[in-house]
Amino acid sequence: MAEERETHDHDHDHDHDHDLTFQPNIEDSEAGRYELMTYAIRELLMEKGHLAPDELRAAQEKVESLQHSDGAKVIAKAWTDADFKNRLLEDGNAALAEVGVDAGAAKMTVVENTDDVQNVVVCTLCSCYPRAVLGMPPDWYRSKSYRSRVVIEPRQVLAEFGTDVPDDMTVRVHDSLADLRYLVIPRRPAGTDGWTEEQLAAIVTRDTMVGVANPTAS
Amino acid sequence: MSGNFAPGDTVQVISTHPPGHRRTPYYIRGKVGEIERVCGDFRNPEELAYGFDGLPKKTLYRVRFKQTDVWADYAGPESDTVDVDIYEHWLLPA
Repeated sequence: MAEERETHDHDHDHDHDHDLTFQPNIEDSEAGRYELMTYAIRELLMEKGHLAPDELRAAQEKVESLQHSDGAKVIAKAWTDADFKNRLLEDGNAALAEVGVDAGAAKMTVVENTDDVQNVVVCTLCSCYPRAVLGMPPDWYRSKSYRSRVVIEPRQVLAEFGTDVPDDMTVRVHDSLADLRYLVIPRRPAGTDGWTEEQLAAIVTRDTMVGVANPTAS
Repeated sequence: MSGNFAPGDTVQVISTHPPGHRRTPYYIRGKVGEIERVCGDFRNPEELAYGFDGLPKKTLYRVRFKQTDVWADYAGPESDTVDVDIYEHWLLPA
C-alpha cells in the first residue's frame, strides 16, 4: 500500500485499498493448456474455412440464450397435466419435443420428487448439466466442492442450500456422467391449487430443478 | 447389443484403474449395486474421447447403490442412494 500511495501526486486522507479497487483483467491469469488448445483449434477451423466467425457467434448465442425458464414451463405443465408428466418420466426427449424443446443427443432422464424422495443431481466427473432446459450451469454446480461433497454428504449440502430433508425421506443423488442428463420435477407446493401454468412456472427456480431446493407458494 | 443385465440384477463395478478417459468415477469402482434401468446403447465415450468412432455401441445402465454401501461412515438413513450411469463393460454379475 505504501508504494501505491507514493504514486499519488495529491493529498488525500481516504483509506481505500487501491490493491482491491481493480477488477482483475481476465488476460492477467495465464491461459491453461486446454484454453490454448481451444484457441488453436478455433483458429485452425477458421483458417481452413470450416467455421466462419458468424457461425461460431450464432452457436455461442444459441447456448447462452437457453434459460431455466424453459425448464420451469415444462415443470408447470407436468404439475397440471398428469399424462404429460408420465410421458416426461417415461421418455424425456420425446415429451420435451412435444413442447418444442430439443434436448439433443443426450438422454433426458426425468426424476420426480415425492413425499418420500428428494432427488438431487450432480456430475462428479465434470459438469454435465441439462442445458437444453436449464441453460448454463451455475458456478457452484461446477465447483469441486459441490461435485465431491454432494455424493458423500448430500444431506449436509442440501441443508447448506436451506433444504432440510427429514430422515424418513430418501435422498437420491444422481451422478450424471456420460450420456444422461437429469431434470428434477419438484414437489408441487401446497397452496397452489387453481394456479395457472404461468403462475406455477414463476415459482420453479433453477435450483429446484437440480434438486437442491424446493419451491414454495409464496 | 441388447445388454446382458436387466432391472433388479445385482452387479459389481469392476475395480480397475486403467489410464485414459474413463467415465466411471473412482468412488464407485468395486461397489455392488442394482440395475435400476437400461438406458440404451451409446457410442463408447471412452473411445470417442480419442477420435475413434466409439463402435460397437455399449449398453448404458443406471445402477443404484446404497449410500451406506458406498461410504463406510455415511451419515444418513439406510434408504439413501446414489444412482450412477455405468457402461456395460464396467459391470460384472454379482
